[in-house]
Amino acid sequence: MTILNDPVSAKLGSRQQLSYIASQAADARLNVELETEGMTLNIGPQHPATHGTLRIIARLDGEQVVWAEPSCGYMHRGYEKLTEVRTFPQVTSLINRIDWLGSFANEVPFILAAEKLMNVEAPPRAQWIRTILFELSRIANVSLFLGDLGVQMGAITPVFLAFRDREYVLNLIESATGGRFHPNFDRIGGLKDDLPAGWIDETKVVMKKLRNFCDEIETLLFGNEIFQSRTRGIGVIPRDVALQYGLSGANLRASGVDWDLRRDQTIPLAYDKVDFKVWTHPDGDSFARCWVRLQETREATKIVDQLLDGIPSGPVMAKVPKIIKVPEGEAWVSTENPLGEMGYYVVSRGDLGPFRVKIRSASFNNISITPWLLRGVYVPDIITILASLYFILGDIDR
Amino acid sequence: MNTLLGVVIPYWGQSLLRVLGGLVAVLLPAGTIVYVFLFKMMSFMQSRLGPMEAGPYGSLQLVAEVGKWLQKEDIQPTNADKPVFKMAPIIVLMSTFLLVVVVPFGPDAWFTNLETGIFYALAVSSISVLGILMAGWSSANKYSLLGGLRAAGQLIAYELPMVLAVMGVVIQAGTMNLQQIVVAQNAGSIFGINTFGNPYVITQFVGFIVFMIAIQAELTQAPFDMPIAESELVSGYMTEYSGFRFLIFFIGEFATAGVFAMIASTLFLGGWGVPFSWFGWTSMDSVSNWMNIVGPLIVFTKMMVLTFFIMWVRFTYPRFREDQLQRFAWKVLIPVSLVNIMLTAVLKVMF
Repeated sequence: MTILNDPVSAKLGSRQQLSYIASQAADARLNVELETEGMTLNIGPQHPATHGTLRIIARLDGEQVVWAEPSCGYMHRGYEKLTEVRTFPQVTSLINRIDWLGSFANEVPFILAAEKLMNVEAPPRAQWIRTILFELSRIANVSLFLGDLGVQMGAITPVFLAFRDREYVLNLIESATGGRFHPNFDRIGGLKDDLPAGWIDETKVVMKKLRNFCDEIETLLFGNEIFQSRTRGIGVIPRDVALQYGLSGANLRASGVDWDLRRDQTIPLAYDKVDFKVWTHPDGDSFARCWVRLQETREATKIVDQLLDGIPSGPVMAKVPKIIKVPEGEAWVSTENPLGEMGYYVVSRGDLGPFRVKIRSASFNNISITPWLLRGVYVPDIITILASLYFILGDIDR
Repeated sequence: MNTLLGVVIPYWGQSLLRVLGGLVAVLLPAGTIVYVFLFKMMSFMQSRLGPMEAGPYGSLQLVAEVGKWLQKEDIQPTNADKPVFKMAPIIVLMSTFLLVVVVPFGPDAWFTNLETGIFYALAVSSISVLGILMAGWSSANKYSLLGGLRAAGQLIAYELPMVLAVMGVVIQAGTMNLQQIVVAQNAGSIFGINTFGNPYVITQFVGFIVFMIAIQAELTQAPFDMPIAESELVSGYMTEYSGFRFLIFFIGEFATAGVFAMIASTLFLGGWGVPFSWFGWTSMDSVSNWMNIVGPLIVFTKMMVLTFFIMWVRFTYPRFREDQLQRFAWKVLIPVSLVNIMLTAVLKVMF
């Protein structure tokens, strides 16, 4: 209590002393420099904008983000470990659940890796149907992204249109494979079944509907000035930063890197038989990422149309033993999945199941850029940027 | 309003009638808007059916919803400032009730006939900001706090263009009394043609647009729904409210939409009146008594038309960011409405 030892206050009477102390205290409070205190905002794990249980810890100054970091692992299911106690054919039912919106696309690289180890190649018809289903799951996945994009920015109509039209694609996948979300249809050496009768004509009608949906979204959302002002110039990822953080898929192509594993590698899928354009955008902002995905959905419908026209006849299953034992070896296969590059590094010791599987999923790498990207943006932009980066929680926490 | 059907009504009776009328005037539009627009129109715009089970075409859905809300547990956060937390929704709804008081529904069907009616309306409409700020602060939730602060910034920014848009009407009518504004519109004529009266939506079109944008922002409807922002702030200042308190906020939101639409129709579309030339009326005194019955229906119809536009925009547009929203208010709406006032004043003096 230094104020009581104050020479001025010592001379005063008790009553004045009190008021003197009070005035000194008030001065002391006033003289403290006005400092604003930052606020830590936990976005998630339970939050409508994080598509699941992603948690973003953001330190705010007012509405501006000073520092942000994603914290994942709330939905970790240990798939890499679980594959070790399963046989090769059983693994596909697990890895279906990684990116749950485009399930079939998850199975393909794993099966391709196993086939590579066994030196088996699926018959051409199976390869074509695989490619068709792969693109259908891309459409199902990205069309939901296009709708969800609106709802993240407060436009509630697009998401219902997306759910409406995704339903057609899911019905197609269901009628071909028997499963709407988790087909578990891919087998080592081919496919479980052939396509049902009438499926090809039905698919062509649906692809036309999906192209209409893309036009609808383009006029409803992409042409909207508010949407553009919310996304253009927001969350810009320059080309070299995108490469440094290991982004893939549409996020990388939106930064101007012309890189697409469907075109750039030779894998036993039918992509070399079709003619398609890989869309890129030079800007690298949120709008570019959304726009590239929109164009990709259009392109995917065209790929499916072309594949349906030239689908070869023949068996859908190569000759493989009933009990599959994969010879010793290691194989890495990655494909251009809806979310980006997805790959499996499979190590086999000649057993019924894999010895070790390393899963490279696109979303995990894609969200690793968020601490760099979210610095200095406003709170509403966190949501737009996360929406435009497009991750699926199952793809982050495997 | 001293006699009804030849019976002299005592003062307490009149007050009771006014209270009941006020309840009807607030709750009926709110219910209709929620059912017709929020449940049905939104569903059709999104290619789905909406509620279909409760009653014919789901018309009793609202009753079911209210029943559900009443049953819910009334949760108050542990750290909440309890009295403020409880008071906030009531203050928000109170502003709606205070607002409906000045809306004229017919030659004699009004709650109070204030000489400064529109001034009063603009003043009480900002009471809801207090309620929202209180809700945001007292919830002890960071999202709520952000929502409340956003609401305060937004509502204050959009109060100004709203007042300035109304100024044009006030200059043209020469009065602040809403009843007189209605009479001036219906008894007037444009370029000597008096078939349509003189609804100010024609001469004050810019003011009308500015006013509609401003009430869209006042109501925190998309594209100005930053304070609520389900996808980022998880409903903002309403996050911690449940049960009946949430219901009050919900009613307040849509009732205010209705009441603001009524005020807009009074200011710009001729309110309760029909053009007086149709029936050979010359002034307020010669208006027939049956307008007291038909008038409310006309106001209601016009309100539904205007709310349709409010809701249409709400269901279609994505939302602004907070700084873009402020920039839009200060750099676009306010200069436009100032120019509008200037032109109106010049033309008023000239003609």
